[in-house]
This record gives sequence, structure tokens and C-alpha cells, in this order.
Amino acid sequence: MRKRKHLLVGVVMLLAVAALALATSVSAKQASVFKVAWIYPGPHNDGGWSQAHDAGRLYVQKMLGSKVQTTYKENVFSNASVPQIVAGLVRDGYQMIFATSFGMLELGVNGQLWKKYPKVLFEQATGQQIEKNQSEYFGAAEDTIYLSGMAAGAATKKGVVGYVAAFGIPEVVRHTNAFTLGVQATHPGAKVKLLWTNSWFSPPKETSAAQNLVAAGADVLGQNVDSPAAGVYAEKHGIPWAGYDSNAQKFAPKQWLTASVYNWGQYYLSRVKAAMAGTWKPGFYYGSIKDGFTALAPYGPSVSAKTKALIAAKEKAIEAGTFNEFCGPVYDQAGKLRIPKGKCLDPRTPSGINALYSMQWLVKGVIGSVSHVPPPG
Amino acid sequence: MINSSLMVLVLSQAVTYGTPILFAALGELLAERSGVLNLGVEGMMLVGAVMGFWAVQRAPGPGSLVLVLAVLTAAFAGALMGLIHAFLVVTLRASQIVSGLALTIFAGGLGLSSYLGNDLGLADVPPKYQLGQINVFGLKNVSVVGPILFNQSALVYASWALTIAVALYLSRTRFGLNVRAVGESPGAADAMGINIAVYRYAHVLGGGALAGVGGACFSLSITPGWTAGDSLVGGAGWIAIALVIFSFWRAELCLVGAYLFGALSGGLPAAIQAHNYKAIPTFFKTPEFLNALPYLTTVIVLVIIASGWAKRRLGAPAALGIPYVREER
Repeated sequence: MRKRKHLLVGVVMLLAVAALALATSVSAKQASVFKVAWIYPGPHNDGGWSQAHDAGRLYVQKMLGSKVQTTYKENVFSNASVPQIVAGLVRDGYQMIFATSFGMLELGVNGQLWKKYPKVLFEQATGQQIEKNQSEYFGAAEDTIYLSGMAAGAATKKGVVGYVAAFGIPEVVRHTNAFTLGVQATHPGAKVKLLWTNSWFSPPKETSAAQNLVAAGADVLGQNVDSPAAGVYAEKHGIPWAGYDSNAQKFAPKQWLTASVYNWGQYYLSRVKAAMAGTWKPGFYYGSIKDGFTALAPYGPSVSAKTKALIAAKEKAIEAGTFNEFCGPVYDQAGKLRIPKGKCLDPRTPSGINALYSMQWLVKGVIGSVSHVPPPG
Repeated sequence: MINSSLMVLVLSQAVTYGTPILFAALGELLAERSGVLNLGVEGMMLVGAVMGFWAVQRAPGPGSLVLVLAVLTAAFAGALMGLIHAFLVVTLRASQIVSGLALTIFAGGLGLSSYLGNDLGLADVPPKYQLGQINVFGLKNVSVVGPILFNQSALVYASWALTIAVALYLSRTRFGLNVRAVGESPGAADAMGINIAVYRYAHVLGGGALAGVGGACFSLSITPGWTAGDSLVGGAGWIAIALVIFSFWRAELCLVGAYLFGALSGGLPAAIQAHNYKAIPTFFKTPEFLNALPYLTTVIVLVIIASGWAKRRLGAPAALGIPYVREER
């Protein structure tokens, strides 16, 4: 009996030593590998927003190889769960966190996370809260969305384009306005019918939205939501479709027009590299066509050479800085002059970016209204 | 063109979006009539949706055959999920509420269904085949009833046949009578020589199969394709469970209720926004209000049902939720 007890103590001690050795070897390994995490609002393979970010993450992993360890948390529909997720990531030793949706690191408790974890580097997409260890990043998708709107405007015969949109927040309102201005550039006087799903990612709601927009007279569809459901509907019913944030042509091979897409990879790589080198600084990054941050997806078969040439000319002008879709005169739905002639909302100026980031009015030609409710969070 | 009017549009979408709810509710009805409450409907639907889409993408053969196979696969997958619940609550006599909730969490958007879909490579893939609308007897363009009744997917027509079958089964057949006996008074049924466990297993499995088909309505027909998470089914399973109560455990009332909720969760919010009627006050057109409608209606119907009049005629199976133990009779 006594012998047994000794044996037991011996085993326990051996285990403890083994555990200690394991723990030290793990922490030694951690020191050499830089750990970066991403938080996605939808599934990592949603065929839209989250997937585009995940492509960026994979790019970082590919370029830096074994020097970084990356992970992601997906399906974070509610920003209320972000503090818990961040706590878990920090506990697991993640040193840098990219939160890819508005409100994940802004407003309420979420806006205090940078303070709670001062050693972690935070980056949030589409927001505006900059702290000593928190950056903000996004891009002028309104430019490329304007171009995709031009393709939609050229495709509409009746002059009515349906637009499936997520939430009535400034980002989506800005995109809707840019899309409408693009539609009107190739089809003067065209209307854009707006339908809110109040969800970034909901295939059934997006299908229903597409169906009802078509029933209400739209003969072309565009969207600012993340799933390709509207495209699947459009393909089946012969409705040209402009996507958003990913190349989703495979879902609508015939009806696909184009889409504004993001290339997050370059930005992610430069930020992770800077963080590893210790040169990371907080800031506000607003990518553009020029940077290669935003781009237009390949055209579908129905886009004519003439339309392509028109779009290419505008794209060049945007790149050169000689064109901005938010240059006056721009009127709102009520006919009120919102941007006077000669004035532009230039994202390179603080007043321009503030106007773009707080846009709560819709341009003339949009049918629908904007509700002033922030996304869940 | 009355067929492009708001009313016709909303009603035709009520049928489309009500069908998955109807399948799931009929399944839940069968299980509850045998005395087993199954809160795992949402999870079973999600598994049905993913496995149905898997079959559509991978099964060989002509399109129509593949689609039939896909519906059967979804039913089989749903039944397997039901088997888990049946084993836990019938054989092991575990709490039905806990087991059902566990099933939804296990099979749900963050669990098995997403794992299966990702593992089988079903995300971000366009559908190979889909169940489209059928122009029944060429009546698609008949005023009002054409778009509502004669231009739906095959699953809609199957659900009508199923509603009649379930109603007749429960009211007119010996087996149906036995099921009701098992749900009302398993002790008496046992004394009559009815095998309680067999009946409960059969109806929980059958209910699971129908929930699986309900899930497949989404992935094969309404929004063909599969996406991870739970937004594909989006709460239809929970509505189905509530619907069984609203319909006083009767199949024909399930049909009516399913279409009511189909309208509220599917067509109505989008249709009202898309048409932007001036006559409707702005508040009632906001997406927030419209999206809350199914839940508001649930509250209102529950209040009505909880009133004395309804309670007297409610007809909940007396032994619902109670495990049957012969010795404790």
C-alpha cells in the first residue's frame, strides 16, 4: 500500500514536470511566431464580404509563412459577442486583431477594448475610432460601386434598378448614392429602388428582396449585402445583376455585370509586417483604385464594349483624381442641393471623410427611405 | 394586371415561404401527438438543408431524379437527427426540453450543419439543380389564383398532399388513433397492447424527416445554395414549433398558420418596402417594424390562445413532454 502511494506521488510529479516542460516549450515557440486574428461578421466562405477578408488573411499567411500564425472567428452576427471573442483571442496569445465590421471595436464596451488590452494592436474596418493601439481602415468602394452602377444603368431598359441593401448606416447610404449616380451616368433619369434587409447576410431575405424589387418594376439588380442569393435569383429569371464585394460571377454566369471588390491582402500584409518590425502606428487608411485596394470584378458577357469603354474612361479619371462622383451639384430625394457646384466630398480631407462617413441622405432618383437605426451591436 | 398587385405578390410568397414552416410543423405535430416535444426542429432543418444540397451537387443522373434524391436525402438526414432525440427521450427517458434544445445547438449553425457543409465543400458553390416553379395545368397567369396556387415548386404541392395525409392519418386510421392514445394516455395505450416506444420512435423519426424536407425547401428551392451559419433557415424551425400550438395540434390549421407566418417572414416586409405605398404610414414601412412582425404576431396569438375560451378547446396531448415509464403507471 505504502509503495503504491510512493508510486502515485512519483507519477504526479513526473506529470507536473512534463507539463512544465511543455508549457515552457510552447511559450518559447510563441515568442518567435507572430499571432494575428481576424473577426468576420459572416461565414469565412460566404462568397462575399467575409470571404474577401479571409482571402486577405490567407495572403498574409502565404507571404509570411511560418513567421505568423493566423486564425479567424466567423459568424459574429452580433457585436455584443465581440468583447468575449477578443478576450479569448488575447488569452490565446494573439497580438494583433483585425475586426472586419463596423461597431466591433466602436461604441459602448466594444469601444473600450483597446484600453483593456493595451498590448494588443487593434484594427477595425469601416469605423472611425482611432486610439494609440487601434487603427481604422477601409476604402473608397463608392468609386468602384459608382462604376458598377454605370454597368447597371447601361443594362436597364425601363430605367428602374433594384438595390438590395443591408442597414441604413452611412456606409451603405454612401454606397447606394454612388451606385445611383453611376446608374444615372449611363441612363439619365433612371430610378433606383431601395430595399433594406436589415441583415448583412441572409440568403432568404435577399432572395425575397430581389423577387419583390423585380415585381415592383426593376429590370436590373444591384446589392450592398454579402450573399450571392440575389444573383442566383437573377440568373434564373433573366435579370442582369451587379454584385458587391466579391467576384460572384459563377452564381450568375449569364446575368453577371460586374461588382466592386476589395483587395484587403496588401493592406493586411503591410500592417502585419509593420507590427512585427515594431513600426506599427495607429492611423486611418482609406484605400482607392490607385492603391489597388478597390477594383472592379471582371465583366459578364452582356456588358457591351461601349459600356466597358465608358467605365474605363471614368476609372482612369478617378485614378487620376480628375473625377469624383460626389462633386456638385448633387441633389437629394427632396430636390435639396446637398453638394453645391464646384464642391466635392474628398476623402483625403477631414471634412470630406466626415461628410462621407455621416451621410444620411439619399440622392435624387432613389426610391425608398433611410431609417436611422444602427446595426445590431 | 391584378397579378402584379401587392396582395397577389404577398400571398404567393406566403405560400412559398410558408412551405418549409408547414413541413416542419407537420413533423412536429406528429411527434407531439405521440407525446414527444422536440425543440430540435431548427437544427434538424439545418441538417436537412445541407444534406439536401449535398445530394443535389454530388448525386449523378438526370436533374429531376437528382432533386427527388436530394429531398429524400434531406428527409433521411432529418430522421437521423430525430433518432438522436428519440433515443435520448424514449429509451433513456431524458428531459425532452433539454434534449431538444441540445439537438438544435448540436446540429445548428455553429455545429454539425456548418461542419458538414464546410467539410463537404458546399459553401460558395452555385447550385447544379434547383426546384423551380411549375406552371400547373398552364394556369400560371390566371387572375389572382394563378400565381398564388398554380405557379409554385413541387414541394408546395407535396406539402398539400402531406397535410391531407396527416389529417386523415390522425383522425381516420387505426394507427392514428393509436398515436393519439399514446400521446394522451400512454398507460391506457400500453394496457391495450400498443408498443409505446415503437410509436414514439416512429413519429419522432418521421417528424425529423419532415423537418429535414422543410430545411431542403430553402436550399433546393427558395434560395438555392448553402451557406454556413443559421441564416439559411433563419428561425423557421422555432416558428414551426409555435405553430403547432397555434393550430391546436391540427394539421389543416397548420397549413393556414404556416402561410400566415410565411407572409410575415417572407414576402410582406420586402413587398411593402419595394412598393413604397404612400397610403401606408412611414412607421409601418420601416424594415425594423416589418422584420418584427412575425414575433409581434406570435405574442398576439399566444395572448389569444391563453384566454379561457381557447384553453378549453386547445387539445394539447395530455402526456406531452412526459417520459413513459411502465412501472410508474
